[in-house]
This record gives sequence, C-alpha cells and structure tokens, in this order.
Amino acid sequence: MLSRIQFAFTVGYHFIFVPISIGVGMMVVLSERRYYKSGIPADKAASNFWIKLFTATFAIGVATGITMEFAFGANWANYSRFVGNIFGAPLAAEGLLAFFLESTFLGVLLFGRKKVSKRFYYVSAWLVWAGSLLSALWILIANSWMQTPAGYKIEGGKAVLTSFWAAAFNPSTAPRYFHTVASALLMGGFVVAGVCAWYMLKKRHLHFARQAMLWAISVGLVMAIAMPFLGHWGALVAAEHQPVKMAAFENVTETENGATLWLFGWLTKNDDGSYDTHGVGIPNGLSLILHLNPDARITGLNSVPAADRPPQQLVFQSYHLMIGLGVVFVLVLLLALVMHYLKRLENARWLLWILVACIPLALLAINMGWMAAEVGRQPWIVQGLMRTTDGVSPVVSTGEIWTTLGLFGLIYLILFVAWLRIFVGIIRKGPEDVVEMLEADRVGASAPAAAGR
Amino acid sequence: MTLANIWFFLVAFLLTGYVILDGFDLGVGVLYPFVARTEDEKRVARASIGPVWDGNEVWLITGAGAVFAAFPMVYAMTFSGFYLAIMLVLFGLILRAVSLEFRHRDTSWRKVWDGAFFLGSLVPSILVGCALGNVIRGVPMDLRGDYTGTFLQLLNPYSLLVAVTGLFLIVTHGAAWLALKSDGELHARALRCRRITFWVFAVLAVATSAATILTVSRASDNVFGRPLGWFFLVVLALALLYTIWQMTKEGGELQSFLGSAVIIIGLAGIAAVGNFPEIVPARGTPPETSLTIARTASGHLTLLVMLIIALIGCPIVLAYTALVYKTFWGKTKAADAEY
Repeated sequence: MLSRIQFAFTVGYHFIFVPISIGVGMMVVLSERRYYKSGIPADKAASNFWIKLFTATFAIGVATGITMEFAFGANWANYSRFVGNIFGAPLAAEGLLAFFLESTFLGVLLFGRKKVSKRFYYVSAWLVWAGSLLSALWILIANSWMQTPAGYKIEGGKAVLTSFWAAAFNPSTAPRYFHTVASALLMGGFVVAGVCAWYMLKKRHLHFARQAMLWAISVGLVMAIAMPFLGHWGALVAAEHQPVKMAAFENVTETENGATLWLFGWLTKNDDGSYDTHGVGIPNGLSLILHLNPDARITGLNSVPAADRPPQQLVFQSYHLMIGLGVVFVLVLLLALVMHYLKRLENARWLLWILVACIPLALLAINMGWMAAEVGRQPWIVQGLMRTTDGVSPVVSTGEIWTTLGLFGLIYLILFVAWLRIFVGIIRKGPEDVVEMLEADRVGASAPAAAGR
Repeated sequence: MTLANIWFFLVAFLLTGYVILDGFDLGVGVLYPFVARTEDEKRVARASIGPVWDGNEVWLITGAGAVFAAFPMVYAMTFSGFYLAIMLVLFGLILRAVSLEFRHRDTSWRKVWDGAFFLGSLVPSILVGCALGNVIRGVPMDLRGDYTGTFLQLLNPYSLLVAVTGLFLIVTHGAAWLALKSDGELHARALRCRRITFWVFAVLAVATSAATILTVSRASDNVFGRPLGWFFLVVLALALLYTIWQMTKEGGELQSFLGSAVIIIGLAGIAAVGNFPEIVPARGTPPETSLTIARTASGHLTLLVMLIIALIGCPIVLAYTALVYKTFWGKTKAADAEY
C-alpha cells in the first residue's frame, strides 16, 4: 500500500510537468518557426521566452522521470520480474530513441543561440519536441500493455513476448496515446493562454500576448473538441477489454440492458458492498453512446467478486471531474475565440481571469484522467494477470519506504516552490524588451548577451 | 555468442558510456566548490557541462532500461536490494539536474543551488562505485532472486574501496575536462587538482587490484584466465602510461582527458570479464542463487527486437552526440553561459 502511495505521488507529480513541457514545447516550435521565417528580434524574444518556460519545466520533468524508471525495480521487484520481458523493452527504447534526442538537443536550445545557425537552432527545437512526443509514445505503449496486455504468453511464472507488434500496439495503445497527447497540448494551450491573459490584464507585452493568445486558443480549441472523440475511442476499447473499469466509471452495479450515463453524482455504499449513485444522469445514455443502441447490454460490476473491483468513489469522481472540466474547457475556449474576433477579449477582464484560472484546472483535469485510468484498473497491476499487491518488492521494508516517501515529499515540495518561483519570475519579467534586443543585436554577437539576464 | 551474451556486453557498453560521459560532469560538480571561486569561474564551470550533462545522464537511464528489459531479475534484485543507495543516487541526480537549470535564474537561492550541485554530484559518484564493488564481490541472495543481506553489509570494506577509487577516477576525469574547457586561474587550479587526484587514484587502484586478487579470486582468476581479460589489462596499462606522459607535457589537456576515458574503458572491461558469465554472483549463499546471464535473460524475441532497436538507435545517437560536442567545442567563456 505504501509503495502504491509513493508511486502515485511521484507519478502524479511527474505528470504535472510532462504535459506542460509537451504543450509548451509545441509553442517553442511554433514561435521558433516564426522567427526562422521572419528574422525580426521581437519574434526571437518571443521564442526565447517560451524556451525559458519550457526548459525550466522540462528540467523537473526529466529529474522526476528518473524516479519513475528506478521505482519499478526498487519498489516493484516482483512486478519487474514478471513483466520485464515485455515492459522493460519500451523503457529501454524510450531512452535510446527519445530521451537522447530530447536531452541532446535541449543543450543546443539552452546554449546554442549564438553558436549555431538559425536553421540548426530551428531544427533542434523540432527535435526536442519530437523527442518528447516519442517518449510519450513508448511510455504509453508500456502503460497500455498493463491495461490491455497482448502479444505474450505466460511461461514459468513470467510474461514472455510472443509478438512485438501485438504487444506494442495492443488494443488501447492508439486511443490512449492520442488522448494523452491531445490533453497535453490542450494543457499547453491553457498555460500559454493563461500567461497571455495575465499580460492582457496587466496591459503589458500586448503585441506579444495577442499573437500567442490566438495560437493558444486555436490549438486548445481543436484539442478540446477532439477530446470527446478520442476519449470515446478509449471508452469503446475499455468497454470491450476492461468492462469492469468501464462499469466503475459509470457505476453500473449490475449487468443490465440500457445503462445510465451519469453527468455527475455521489456514490453511497450498500450493505452488500455495491454502491448507489445519487445524481443527474441520462437514462440509457451509456448503452446508447457505447453501442449506438439504447437497450444494449452493459457488463456490470457484479460480474466480478467485490475483491476484483476498483475503489469506486475515487474512480467515479475522477472520471466525471475530468469530463466535466473538459466540457467547461470547450465552452471557455469557444467564448474566448468569439470574443477575440469581436476584438473584445482584451477588455473582458472576467474572461481573462477565467483563462488564468484554467491553468490549474487543466492540470487537475489531466491528473484526474490519469487517476481514473490507473485506479480504474485496480486491483490489477497488469489487467487480469497480476494483482498490484503481488507486484511489490519483498525485501524493501516499510520503514525504508516511509523514509524515502518522506524525503520525496520534502524534496518535491522544495522543487515545486522553486519551480513556481522561477516560472512566475520568468513570466513577471516577460519577453525581453524589443528595444533591448535591438541594442544587443546592433552591438553584435561578440558582446555579452544583454538578452536574458 | 548467444543473444544473451551480446546483451551482457551491450549493457556493459551503455554503463561504461555513462561513466565516461556523466563521469566528467559529475567530476566537475564534485570539484566545483574547490576550484571555482569567483562568480565568473563558477559560471564557466557550469557552462562547460551545461549543453551536454543532460544527454550524458540518459546513458544511465538507457542502461538501466536495458538491464530491466534484458535481465529483469538483475534489475529487480539490485534496485530493490540496494534500495536506500539507489534512492540516494536518485535524490542526488534530481537535485543536481534542477540546480543546474535553476541556479542562474534564481540568484537569491544561489547558495542552496551551489550546495545541491556539489552534493548531487558527490553522492552518485560514490554510490555507483559502491554498487559496482558489491556486484563484483557478490551478494547474498535467495532462489527467487531477492537480496537477503542488510544495508550495512553493502558498506563492506572492499566495496567502499572500489567506491573511493571510482570517486577519485571520476574527479580526475572531471578535472581533465575542466582543464580542457577553461583558461586562466580556473585552468591552473583544474590542472593542479587533476595531478593530485590522479596519483591518489593510482595508489587506490593498486590497492583495489590487490584486494580483488586476495578476496575476490573468482573475478581475478577469470580476468587472468581469459584473452579478453588480458586485452583489457593491456588497454588499462597503456592508458595509464599515456595519461602520465601527457600530464607532464604542456597542452596535453585533450590527450589526458581521452587517457582517463580509456582508463575507464579498461577498468569496466576488466570488471565485465571478471564477472562473466555471472552478472551478480552469490556470496555466502548457494551458487545456484547466482544471477547468471543464462538464468536471468529475457526471452529470445525480446532480446532480438531490442538488438534491432539498439543497432538502429546507437549509431544515430552517437552521431548526433558527436555533432553537439563538436558544436560546443573549445574553451568555455563566461559570456557563453546560460542565455
């Protein structure tokens, strides 16, 4: 249980920074592309600004990512022995094919502005971002295999690979990958939109903010609208391969024809261990949406013993919070786009404040989505094959986990405070003043960079 | 040569790459409070590794991932058995990564980040060697492949000797890098440090060799009994002589840096040959508890797919790593530091 808390905490923390990096990474590519084409200092300043936000976030993403890789062996030794044949390969491939790419060219982004050509620099921005997308792919391959294992056989108490393609592109890999990347881009869109909204509220860097705001809203809106479709795709796969998880999402207590789709609700426990839902729902909605037939049969939680069901309240609430926030995001972004075209966005202070508030809300939504997906799989660590309680390291003592959990808590708290100070500091400072940039360019490349200090 | 044996040496290759590449930037971190005194010198020291340390660390991530995929039992035993040590390495690497990225943006916490950079470099530099010492010496295990000793047993004299030897090698390597990348006072101090730490390392290396022959004769017999063992012994000897020769010359910075890199290759090769065909030998428990290559290797298909991935990926990685090193070649100036 402690290992579970530690893993959930460290992965949840890691998952604050990763989506922001992927999302802001796209902004880096877009703004660097603009500078590559235009060559004007203001665009360079804009690009440098996003690179700063990106690298500050990326640093923590990398550092906390090492934790995740080490945690499998350290806290989950039995799990590692059981799945190493299959699960280890994507992690190794992630290192070789994605991390090297990201990390190596990140060095160019950080230190290469004056050392490499504009084209080299622009390509580096692409490579870093491509690396982060590839890295997400390998991780989701590994994680999706835990949800819907495929391409394996059990031999001598271990899962042994029988088909690489079947294991890598197991039924849930594609929908979960696109869903995750789209949500990371939406997250990035909200970070950018929130930063720009803040500048508009403070009436600073308006030229910069207008430009980036339009990009952010457009990308965000596309992603927010794509989200229900991608999520639906994932739900169809879950309904087919993980019916208990689907049933827990909507608290389908008993297998029935015509299950309800809940909009929101609260679960109360009955004496027999099942739960009742109190809330607002669409009768027959779940059957309709999953099978295009209002009377379709939906597998209920009673299809498995109570010990094989996930913690229901948590799963139900996180799932519905994610969806609810998703709907809010579509509305906010639509409204922002309309106001932008009416040229009234900059003066609509209430809407700008909502956009700022959407940064933490988007983080909440993305973490709720992850929680629903992972907790919904419980009590299994690999769906149907191994229970989470059987996956832990037999030799690691409770005391050791308490110690490291405490240290993680402390170090991660310090890092979070430091990151927030720096992130806000960069935003406060804003993209360099265009005049200062022009000055630096005129003095020439030999002068110490006035920019960025 | 079976697939599993190929993977044994590929993992050794990845981890050696890690020690060579991250070794010098860890070494710079350990030296940092001693050689970099002014704010400009500190900036040069950090900027000398700034563009490359992150990529260097990926060698460890990839190496650990490769152990997980190719030898899951070894990954599970070492990471859970050496739990506290692994966690300390992890905390060190986290603090170090963040301090490098944050220090220049956060001047009011400057002292905190400087301290984090030093400690975050020192702790992994020691503990990685300590883990290697235990892997050479062997550890007690049960049949399932779990470590059955205690944390304190990991801190045995032999492993501590290997750890200190490794630390001085890493610091020598780091000093050689810093000498290569800096000039002026910092350069002079780096050269002085390199000379001292090199000779300390040389004495410790002799002691470690003697201790290995006396207390871990399985490893030394393996090395002396195999042509490949002799090959790495010759490589090591030549690299040591070459490094000593270059250190006495003016302007041999690059040569002596390459010299310490080849010393690392020689030592890693000797360690790998000494353990083959075991990965982690049993010590104090029956021989059948040893984690051998044959017993712990993943299935044929996993190893094959990964070999294909490695054969495609490694050359590409090496090519663009070389490109980036070339881009940032030459002395680092304070003005090159963080944009």
